[in-house]
Amino acid sequence: MFKLILKNAFRHRMRTLLTIVGLAISILAFGLLRTAVSAWYTGVEASSQTRLITRNAVSLVFALPLSYKEKILGIPGVTGISYAYWFGGTYIDMKNFFPQFAVEPESYLDLHPEYALTEKEKEDFLKQRNSCVVGAALVRKHGWKLGDTVRLTGTIFAGDWDLVIRGVYHGSGQFTDENQMLLHWQYVDETMQRVMPEMSGYVGWYMVRIAGPDDAARVSAAIDSRFENSLAETKTETERAFNMSFISMLSAIITALRLISVVIVAIMLLVLANTMTMTARERIPEYAVLKAVGFRAQRLSALIIGESVLIAIAGGLVGILSLFPTCAAFSQFVAKNLSGFFPVFRLAYSTIGMATAITIVVGIVAGLFPTFRVARMKTADGLRHIG
Amino acid sequence: MTKAIVDLQNVSKIYRRDGKKVSALDGITFSIPDGEFVALMGPSGSGKTTLLNLIAGIDKPDSGKVLVAETDMGSLSESRLAGWRARHVGFVFQFYNLIPVLSAFENVEMPLMLTRLSKQQRREHVRAALEVVGLIDRMHHKPRQLSGGQEQRVAIARAIVSDPTIILADEPTGDLDKDSANEILTLLERLNSEFKKTIIMVTHDPHAAEKAHVVHHVDKGLLSD
Repeated sequence: MFKLILKNAFRHRMRTLLTIVGLAISILAFGLLRTAVSAWYTGVEASSQTRLITRNAVSLVFALPLSYKEKILGIPGVTGISYAYWFGGTYIDMKNFFPQFAVEPESYLDLHPEYALTEKEKEDFLKQRNSCVVGAALVRKHGWKLGDTVRLTGTIFAGDWDLVIRGVYHGSGQFTDENQMLLHWQYVDETMQRVMPEMSGYVGWYMVRIAGPDDAARVSAAIDSRFENSLAETKTETERAFNMSFISMLSAIITALRLISVVIVAIMLLVLANTMTMTARERIPEYAVLKAVGFRAQRLSALIIGESVLIAIAGGLVGILSLFPTCAAFSQFVAKNLSGFFPVFRLAYSTIGMATAITIVVGIVAGLFPTFRVARMKTADGLRHIG
Repeated sequence: MTKAIVDLQNVSKIYRRDGKKVSALDGITFSIPDGEFVALMGPSGSGKTTLLNLIAGIDKPDSGKVLVAETDMGSLSESRLAGWRARHVGFVFQFYNLIPVLSAFENVEMPLMLTRLSKQQRREHVRAALEVVGLIDRMHHKPRQLSGGQEQRVAIARAIVSDPTIILADEPTGDLDKDSANEILTLLERLNSEFKKTIIMVTHDPHAAEKAHVVHHVDKGLLSD
């Protein structure tokens, strides 16, 4: 049976090859779109379930007093705390944008074990106030090395900031963003005490560690109620929800991309269904003969659907295999030009799994219509087509 | 007396074309003894192919009863009829109807794919069938590499490979030159005389009909000897 399916599939080589190419391009486009959507969700995927974010209830733009740190730490269920501030400096030119966070280094690295540094790098970073650690992707992009001094021009914190690279972190997780820079909050704050005292003593947000995901709602509520009716009321949410709030700003684009993905799948289905319908129509007399010699409808269905799935798998396989080099090339392009949009552009296993599943489903569904037609065909009517 | 392998009792078949009823067979009653070589003759549209289809179980009568190998064809579902055909009927068509992408061997093997025979057993059956039709040396050829007569011989090998009860041939020489037609008719005669196969052959050709033991004429849905 498989031999016949295989031979049938390549009976019209040009038609089959064009169908395979069409399917491969569709799967490639689908995979790239899914990877782009996944790239936007990188922060969400990398979120920890045991970290909460506490920010100003009015907006992230408004800061919170540093004095909140000890108060939050005293709330039952809180096992650790750190804080950060969006630094927002420019490296040479605006087009070189990458995120920079002024953080309390020791507690920040303690709360974020996904930023992997060597003990030596960590020690050097903690020791030197005007130092920074940078992500490996950023180092690759700008050709930096340990000991280099990077000058940032402040947009929030005015002036030029020379920061010595003391560590290069690698993401321990698949979705860890390696395009960030971490610098000392205290170094920034001390400078602010001198030049802009009104900005001193504030943090952008707190990262709060809890014992387990089940504590999230209770601890969040406890933190927010602790600062109710204060000058800076807080809003506490899980890190995942916090990151999702950024994604929601892009929801229209993401919805459009998802819609295009669905359209691509529909096109795949139509391309293959068209091929299979033409094929089955041409072979009506053959199917009639097979029915006449005793082939049951189920066997003929297996022949047709088998051929459809085989062609789909061939197209899907070519598409999926093409995804690897295409994503790698796209990833390099993104790292150079679009790292602000897509911190991590990586082909996920889930995308490959989804493309494989779609390939098989499309193969089966495309074969259904001609299968129904052949199964319902009366043998005598089919034999009349002969001649 | 030899028992009847085919027994038709008052069989009628009506087709509907453009809303009009056309009677293809009109109350036909006749039987064919086991091991007989019967020719059904008649002009185009006379109902002879319809008769063949009813005997094969690929069409059903509107009234009457069709008994073949002691099986009432009207009592079987489509699926059971398919299984029944695989065991009892060998088909030979006017245009051979071989699968072009398969070799002669693979074409002949097709009906055996419906059986539980092992690969080795299938191979032996196929070789035996190809021996009978004299094409063992062409078993790896594709249909396009064979002449019309050879293609029809492969089709006959396909018809006999599962050792069916009856062989139904619809204009088996209709697309062949005289020499090839003679070869096919001689082969059918041999299958009947040597292998005791019941053969029912539809034909226009009086020369082909001469090879049969009995000739029935079908005209306007009615049967005459």
